[in-house]
Amino acid sequence: MAKVLIPTALRQFAAQKDSVEVSGSTAGEVLNALATQFPDLRKNLFNDEGKLRSFVNVYVNDEDIRYLKKNETPVAGTDTLSIVPSIAGGWK
Amino acid sequence: MTTLAAPPTTLSNEEILRYSRHLIMPEVGMEGQLKLKNASVLLVGAGGLGAPLGLYLAAAGIGRIGMVDFDVVDFTNLQRQVIHGTKDVGRKKLDSAFDKMADINPNVKLEKHEVALTSENALDIIRNYDFVVDGTDNFPTRYLINDACVLLKKPNVYGSIFRFEGQCTVFAYPGGPCYRCLYPEPPPPGLVPSCAEGGVLGILPGIIGLMQATETVKLILGTGEPLVGRLVLYDALAMRFRELKLRRNTECPVCGDHPTLHELIDYQEFCGVPHQEPVQPTANLGEIEPTEVKQKIDRGDKFILLDVREPHEFQICRIPTSTLIPLGDLPKRLNELDKNAEIVAHCKSGVRSGKATNLLRENGFKNVRNMKGGILAWSDKVDPSVPKY
Repeated sequence: MAKVLIPTALRQFAAQKDSVEVSGSTAGEVLNALATQFPDLRKNLFNDEGKLRSFVNVYVNDEDIRYLKKNETPVAGTDTLSIVPSIAGGWK
Repeated sequence: MTTLAAPPTTLSNEEILRYSRHLIMPEVGMEGQLKLKNASVLLVGAGGLGAPLGLYLAAAGIGRIGMVDFDVVDFTNLQRQVIHGTKDVGRKKLDSAFDKMADINPNVKLEKHEVALTSENALDIIRNYDFVVDGTDNFPTRYLINDACVLLKKPNVYGSIFRFEGQCTVFAYPGGPCYRCLYPEPPPPGLVPSCAEGGVLGILPGIIGLMQATETVKLILGTGEPLVGRLVLYDALAMRFRELKLRRNTECPVCGDHPTLHELIDYQEFCGVPHQEPVQPTANLGEIEPTEVKQKIDRGDKFILLDVREPHEFQICRIPTSTLIPLGDLPKRLNELDKNAEIVAHCKSGVRSGKATNLLRENGFKNVRNMKGGILAWSDKVDPSVPKY
């Protein structure tokens, strides 16, 4: 079971949880299992073609999966996945 | 004929006393303090992040600080924008911020840019500064600042906040990544709530703004390890900092090995923000004025006044006869409403209830209208005892 850290902006779609233990041996499997467990999360993570949205980054530990093997990036039970969406607040 | 003034090479006795706690540290010293005095920084935004940035960068003795903002201080700003006070409500943010900064340190040259940063003016404004600090609140301006900084080779100290969470890094540092390397595209409008919709812990911009201020001072001094190629995430609820690796994308359209973007673009369009349409003078058939809703209540008309805000907003204020079903719960709770009943939906300002109105109509509800301007308009036009938030 890998630990997935849910960012504040997406907690409303994941029963307000800040982290979830999900099984899967690749980043793609873990994210899919997560979206199956929390269906409301799916459209916020994936586009209509089922691809990860370009304003949502996923890290296995501190590495961006885009620079590893993307969805095929291997995930071990001791790994932590972080979902990091783009946020823009700051001014007003 | 004008000659360029030589950069200051000494500090006055007043400045030496003022910066004493810097001068006695070898990492700053006289040399570092003169670097600060000879440096110029542009702060974009005089709000949540800009407030601590302005206060501390002025105090630190940056020689010249420019600020871009065209907004006015309002009461909802005071919970976090500590550069403005209660007496400043209604004043221009730049006037209020500069009064405070000039009081903290009269040695700083302050420059007002009372405009919205646009593709037309960004290069001309940014060109005159050594460093840019991004404290804005929207995606189009963030991509605009990024591209302008990459094109002009100006480091961009980035911070952003949401509720209890913040991000900070330095973009456009020589050889380092840019904002587009981190996020190639913005989210579609409406998917990510703004601070106004999502809320923000008042202290959070203080933390993130001061992380930006720290990085700015380090860049000027050329000391320490700059936050380049690293994204720091801060979660105030967990009181946890995390660091993620950030790489320059060799295929980035603006900072990659073969850039395709050589000038600024239309960032509203890039971010999918519709251009402002002129307001239609004819009333929308799907809308109803708050005053008309009040008349219906007073007449005893039978209708459902549906409040689609969140329960914690309902606790702040409500219209007495309303029924609460938060927008997010509405699809699952349609069966609680009669499809033939007359329904008036409302929220805080009318955006969410507009979505609710459409959702209800799509699901066969025949008589649904959206109360124009939400509970804010209700407070203005019907019952001022209902607080605005």
